[in-house]
Amino acid sequence: MAKVKYDILESTCVPLPLENVDTDQIIPARFLSATSREGFGDNLFRDWRYKKTGEKNNEFILNNSKYGGKVLVAGKNFGSGSSREHAVWAIFDYGFRAVISSFFADIFMNNALNNGLLPIVINDDHLQKLQDLVLKDPSTKVKIDLEKQTLKIIPTGDSVRFEINPYKKECLLKGLDDIDYLLSMKSLITSFEKTKSLEI
Amino acid sequence: MKPKTLFDKIWDSHVVRSIADGPDVLYIDRHYIHEVTSPQAFNGLKERGIPVFRPAKTLATADHNIPTKDQHLQIRDELSRNQVEKLNENCLKYGIELFGLNHSKNGIVHVIGPELGYTLPGMTIVCGDSHTSTHGAFGTIAFGVGTTEVEMVLATQCILQPKPKKMKITVNGNLHKGVTSKDIIMHIISEISASGATGYFVEYCGSAIKSLSMEARMTICNMSIEMGARGGLIAPDEITFEYLRELPSIPGIDNINVSISDWKKLGSDPEAIFDRELEFKADSIKPMITYGTNPGMGMAIDGSIPLSDVKNGKASVSFIKSLDYMGFKPGMKLLGHQVDYVFIGSCTNGRIEDFRAFAQIIKGRKKAANVTALIVPGSKKVEEQLASEGLLETFKNAGFEVRQPGCSSCLAMNDDKIPAGKYAVSTSNRNFEGRQGPGARTLLASPLTAAAAAITGVITDPRNYISEKIS
Ligand code: SF4
Repeated sequence: MAKVKYDILESTCVPLPLENVDTDQIIPARFLSATSREGFGDNLFRDWRYKKTGEKNNEFILNNSKYGGKVLVAGKNFGSGSSREHAVWAIFDYGFRAVISSFFADIFMNNALNNGLLPIVINDDHLQKLQDLVLKDPSTKVKIDLEKQTLKIIPTGDSVRFEINPYKKECLLKGLDDIDYLLSMKSLITSFEKTKSLEI
Repeated sequence: MKPKTLFDKIWDSHVVRSIADGPDVLYIDRHYIHEVTSPQAFNGLKERGIPVFRPAKTLATADHNIPTKDQHLQIRDELSRNQVEKLNENCLKYGIELFGLNHSKNGIVHVIGPELGYTLPGMTIVCGDSHTSTHGAFGTIAFGVGTTEVEMVLATQCILQPKPKKMKITVNGNLHKGVTSKDIIMHIISEISASGATGYFVEYCGSAIKSLSMEARMTICNMSIEMGARGGLIAPDEITFEYLRELPSIPGIDNINVSISDWKKLGSDPEAIFDRELEFKADSIKPMITYGTNPGMGMAIDGSIPLSDVKNGKASVSFIKSLDYMGFKPGMKLLGHQVDYVFIGSCTNGRIEDFRAFAQIIKGRKKAANVTALIVPGSKKVEEQLASEGLLETFKNAGFEVRQPGCSSCLAMNDDKIPAGKYAVSTSNRNFEGRQGPGARTLLASPLTAAAAAITGVITDPRNYISEKIS
């Protein structure tokens, strides 16, 4: 299955200055009963976006029309907890293409990379600065260049380099699919099965 | 040869190919699936028009969203029913063994894998569920994956995975009475935080760990993910082999003694190097309870909530938000605080030993009037054991209702929700906002602490009710 190639991304940001945001907050379990990948964006951060009465919670930042864009600037330790890939589908379906934090949970990171959502790790200081900047001025734009592995804060001109696994970078840039890659190795896998012993 | 950790030995022997600058292609021996994280993976296979590569290596169960009452009737919630039916269809179509709803071997995926003899030392095991780390108790590399990776395994029996770093956690000494393996792991998480082991795979060592039963070891490995670890494992030993010998059968193994002589070789070399090493003393651990909205926010049951999450600094926005959600204040003590619900179950503490511990305190006493208790066995087998050991009777006499197996209130995908604002002492593994229902307030604890709360109606030190050592 051909995936979309990851291009240079220039966008405003939505700040979410909270630490330890787990996948149960990103998409609560009661919305996991669907059997397709689409439509989860409606329930992204459901219990923060809506009050118990069902009304929109205007205090939650996603409901603040000042902020918008394809980049979510999250707090430290984002995406912990449940392995549900639905969390990544929800963020993507809502319209985000990158999430910036100083720390991601492992499974979330893998899931994001497998779905064309770029997780960008920058240090705590840079993250704090970016949060403050975006909170103060919602028109702040960033430019993400995956090829060069740079995150540029357009108004200040500051540029930060981020790390990404070279294999995953290539997959994203070329729109390659991991499963196609694994399928191409089937004969190798079959011969591995024949030679594999419990001998360790 | 260079000394190796147990983790390295198992991992390296399962690498089909290493991609330069990339992840490893890792062969998976056992794949567990359930109704919630598999349908989109099967859709992927359909779109590609490919079969399941090794259907005999995948096993399925329905556990996450099933009801725990009247399981013989049709599932009322349409979406849940649809998901369970999709799992049935997919398993039938692709030739995957299914221990579905009403099957005599049904149960929570991480409870049935070990009890049916499918989880064995030295294996690589994955499942679209983060608590797959549970199976590490048998000396396996077991970890949770996302749905794309479920599809990889269905399609090729392999996944692409970067090799994590290795951490050694040693717990030496003896546990005090009333302190359980749940308290050990909650203590460790409270010390190193909910993200303290991110990027690592943990090996648990030390005399306190080695003295634990398999059930208790599973509780520890289960919660490895709650400190961010990819997984956790414990080298197999006589206790492991005894557990396996006592199983009625082990699929695919005729002579267990031959296998055991192989498994005996599974262990870290004495000189093996870990990226990080931590040590804890068992006798300094007390019964634990959480006060916040992540498993790192835990304390000794007789302690006080810290004033801040930053040492000598101002509390973070997240810390304040978390205590607000719980209705607690910094510095507060929790002993004596009212409890509305008690939940005993889940893949962390839904095994027979957990109910035996719970019953020790319950026996001959009555449930507090203000408490609603949900007692949910982790599997059909555990349900049968409750009946045959007379525990059902004990619970009934104390005023409790025992439900049918499933994940239940651990993630509240079914009807077993804790109402908004209510306090639940829960033996599960996550106290996230809304985890047990929108607005629910979860206090994680051991089965003993849950029992003490169930009979007193308030948060209570279980040590007051225990006369001899239990661990
Ligand atoms: S019991 Fe809870 S943690 Fe365990 S598999 Fe079920 S939902 Fe997940």
